[in-house]
Amino acid sequence: MHEIFLDELKKLNTQFMEMGVFVNDQIDQATRAFVDHDKKTAQSMVDNEEKIPTESIDIQKKALKLMALQQPVATDFRVVISILKATTDLERIGENAMSIALETIRVKGNPRIPEVEEIISNMTHNVRHMLIQILTAYVQDDEKMAREVASRDGVIDHDYVRARKLIVDGIEDDPSRAVASSSYFVVTRLLERIGDHIVNLASWVVYKTTGELEELTNPSETKTI
Amino acid sequence: MTTIISAKDVHLSYGNYEALHGVNLNFQEKELTALIGPSGCGKSTFLRCLNRMNDDIENIKITGEIKFEGQNIYSSKMDLVKLRKEVGMVFQQPTPFPFSVYDNVAYGLKIAGVKDKDLIDQRVEESLKQAAIWKETKDNLKRNAQAFSGGQQQRICIARALAVRPKVVLLDEPTSALDPISSSEIEETLMELKHQYTFIMVTHNLQQAGRISDQTAFLMNGDLIEAGPTEEMFIAPEKQITSDYLNGRFG
Repeated sequence: MHEIFLDELKKLNTQFMEMGVFVNDQIDQATRAFVDHDKKTAQSMVDNEEKIPTESIDIQKKALKLMALQQPVATDFRVVISILKATTDLERIGENAMSIALETIRVKGNPRIPEVEEIISNMTHNVRHMLIQILTAYVQDDEKMAREVASRDGVIDHDYVRARKLIVDGIEDDPSRAVASSSYFVVTRLLERIGDHIVNLASWVVYKTTGELEELTNPSETKTI
Repeated sequence: MTTIISAKDVHLSYGNYEALHGVNLNFQEKELTALIGPSGCGKSTFLRCLNRMNDDIENIKITGEIKFEGQNIYSSKMDLVKLRKEVGMVFQQPTPFPFSVYDNVAYGLKIAGVKDKDLIDQRVEESLKQAAIWKETKDNLKRNAQAFSGGQQQRICIARALAVRPKVVLLDEPTSALDPISSSEIEETLMELKHQYTFIMVTHNLQQAGRISDQTAFLMNGDLIEAGPTEEMFIAPEKQITSDYLNGRFG
């Protein structure tokens, strides 16, 4: 009987990982399209915007079915609950990537601020690396790695604050940049939010492995919008 | 929280076979503790040690210490009748005596020498109410207790155990012979009563342990593997083997 549960759980974990890898790819595509002003790629992402929510609902339905029918407790309970919660965070990350794509379609105006675009590339590189690592920590039940990944959200926050300052300075230097800059604000904010969702994912890894519910949020986290 | 029963290094052997290998476990007053574990793990044997129900078994040897309200129950000074009045028991199969509901519930009081009819009437009514069986029996107190349904009989037995006002009630799989509705009624009864009495219950129904107990103790092969607050045991037990058992991976 228990084999059925383990088999279902394995499938669910695989589906969760696949969703994670897809979401990670979406972040890459969206930010690349934004920096390159590649409205075509952004549009094709928006055309497929239902894929992530559909996948998320499918995973959640399966997890709820396992809860209802197999009634797992202890370790098994934590595994199913954490997948249920982590899927929601993964879906939010996907939504943020989609918002970056939408901003790419909306963006108007030049000239640009190369320093800000460099920060956007840097933030993208970091959140993608963190996401892949947190997915690895999830699969390997690696609490230490999860905490380490969560602690790196401080770097994302720092970049975000730095980008905001550069944007404001850039507008002051050349007011014609103001229109393009509003999109920089949106995109850096979305990347910063992705970092926060990765911290949430890390806290689900900690819960899954230890049973402890902890707020792993960086105390110096930027609260400004 | 006050410890009402404490078991320290309890070993029990039947001849050469040791069934309990040194169990240490405390029971807090007005809590419900569930004893769980695979068949033959020693949980019922341990339960029966707590009011000396194993005493008459041939070749039995019990060592260690079990204290009830600080007094060693295996000491020669222990009054066995008093102990069993304070630490009552309800069995797996409902065991009403073959006489009326009233006489069943009044039985313990009469044995204890209570003669005051008004007091007995009052206790019978109170106990049947506490065991949530008053409504079904109040107009049939003279009816044979064995004529009631299994679930009702078990609640009559709980009422009988409560009539002598015990401090602790031991329950040996009290709902395993009952259908889900009767089981649920017994669970509700225990939930109501656990604010007044201490319950120690052996159960194979893990969901039941999760639903109604405050503390859960997991025994296997005569050893206490792990015990703790039920919430912790069912969400994050310390040992993987506990999680495996709770999820039905063996047993």
